[in-house]
Amino acid sequence: MKIKQLSLFLENKPGALSAPVKLLARAKINLLNLSIAEARQYGILRLIVRDWEAAKKLLEDHGLLVKVTDVLAIEVADRPGALADVLGVLEQAGINLEYMYAFTLQRDSKGLLLFRFDDPDKAIAVLQKNNINVVGNVELFQRLES
Amino acid sequence: MSTHPIQKAAPFDPISAPDFLPQGQLRELQLQRLQTMVAQAFHHVDLFRRRMSDRGMEPGDVQSLDDLARLPFCDKADLRDSYPFGLFATPMSEIVRLHASTGTTGKPIVVAYTQQDVDVWTNVMCRSFAACGLHRGDIIQNAYGYGLFTGGLGAHYGGEALGATVIPISGGNTQRQIMVLKDFNVTAICCTPSYFLHIIDQAAELGVNLKDLPLRAGVFGAEPWTESMRQRIEQDSGIKAYDIYGLSEIIGPGVAMECPCQAGPHIFEDFFYPEVINSATGKPCPEGEEGELVLTTLSKHAMPMIRYRTRDISALTSEPCGCGRTLRRIKRISRRSDDMIIIRGVNVYPSQIESALLKVEGALPHYQIILTREKGLDEMEVQVEVTQDVFSDTVGGLEQLQARLTKSIETTTGLRPRVRLIEPHSIPRSEGKAKRVIDQRKM
Repeated sequence: MKIKQLSLFLENKPGALSAPVKLLARAKINLLNLSIAEARQYGILRLIVRDWEAAKKLLEDHGLLVKVTDVLAIEVADRPGALADVLGVLEQAGINLEYMYAFTLQRDSKGLLLFRFDDPDKAIAVLQKNNINVVGNVELFQRLES
Repeated sequence: MSTHPIQKAAPFDPISAPDFLPQGQLRELQLQRLQTMVAQAFHHVDLFRRRMSDRGMEPGDVQSLDDLARLPFCDKADLRDSYPFGLFATPMSEIVRLHASTGTTGKPIVVAYTQQDVDVWTNVMCRSFAACGLHRGDIIQNAYGYGLFTGGLGAHYGGEALGATVIPISGGNTQRQIMVLKDFNVTAICCTPSYFLHIIDQAAELGVNLKDLPLRAGVFGAEPWTESMRQRIEQDSGIKAYDIYGLSEIIGPGVAMECPCQAGPHIFEDFFYPEVINSATGKPCPEGEEGELVLTTLSKHAMPMIRYRTRDISALTSEPCGCGRTLRRIKRISRRSDDMIIIRGVNVYPSQIESALLKVEGALPHYQIILTREKGLDEMEVQVEVTQDVFSDTVGGLEQLQARLTKSIETTTGLRPRVRLIEPHSIPRSEGKAKRVIDQRKM
């Protein structure tokens, strides 16, 4: 169920973002999704790629600091209030959401969001109990690449 | 300092016998050698004769070891002023070796050795290795720099005299260092502690686990370091980290060395006489109190040193050590009086910053202190490389880390720094002594 996300520590300076992006491009590793969290002096680049182990090794070999985090891809209907419903379920169960970002892809009027929780396993249990679709690795990559 | 339980003894090397000389006998030997050396310095070195005459003293006035405290000091400035050969006590025809410091400001200082001096140096380096349990059969990778710097050749001669196998790899080329560590079944390494931390990092990146190698001891010196750094090294590499002390002006490495009790280096007192003084007043400190270490060579022929002010801050203890050595110990040098930086009127030592950083969980050994002056006010920025252990994928997590580091430095130094988190490997790695402070203040 859990998706591996790579997080990179980048200093806030010209060229910081392009270095890892170029490395991945040269290795023909496709970025399935990304988001940047920025602070004043540094940023955290979060990436989803299919072969995360190869990407991690490549980036680390070039001196970048990479952390692997489990995130969940959750299907949310493309209608007003759908995200609020999902968040409501999590809130009730007392699950802490660290951050989230979206995939641009849509299917059957459903969007996909990536969530990072303190406790992803507990989140999976709660979401499934409430019939919210958590999309696993295999399916995610199929959808993204079809 | 507490007494330590007796450690499992390494095979005893007869060369270590003087380490266990009864104290009375040792003091007698010291006085005898001191008298001879002072006479030699007086008769052959202008500076010493002048300084002693100014005080109305002559060699015959040294009747006891206590009289040493009445003799004048000398320091690095004297070596610079007499550049290159002004303090030599023997003609050049007696001198078999010259070394020089890499002077960061102005002229270097030059030091000289007669054959006898080289033999003494070899002897104390050999005893240094023996003291930390090395012996014939050990393979020593000597990553101290060979050349004008005394570290490389000093350790080299000592290792060979011990009967160990010495690999004269010198400093630098970290990948090759790691390859040799691994392929040559190296059991001990000599280098600066900061360089070994760099080796640990690089080995991890190359997928080499130092804990799997036969490497068991590190002989670390040539720069100030801290107990937390020792713990970090021992934890991450599985070796024992021993503190060696020395300086070119006195002989090079091998002035003092730790035993397996790791309770501070024992001074090889049969050749070097230690005192600790208050830097400001020049008065001796009571035993155990921190002050500036002052050393007198007891046997040096080419270049005797009387009461040389080392600028190294330490303390002296004569408490018995678990190893049974009768030699007094000094406290690890974690700072030098000339390392001190003054920020907004507050005295700060880089070692304080280091221990403050290491107190924060998942500690960060690679740091640099940048001093600037903005609108007449000193600013201290501490740049810290983020490591895998402390990197959080949330901004909140990193901000917390920054806050914890700031707080820890503030508690230790009384100054609130700006802590900047930077990418791994952004601070240039030194292959010798680490450069911790960059002072950009324009005075």
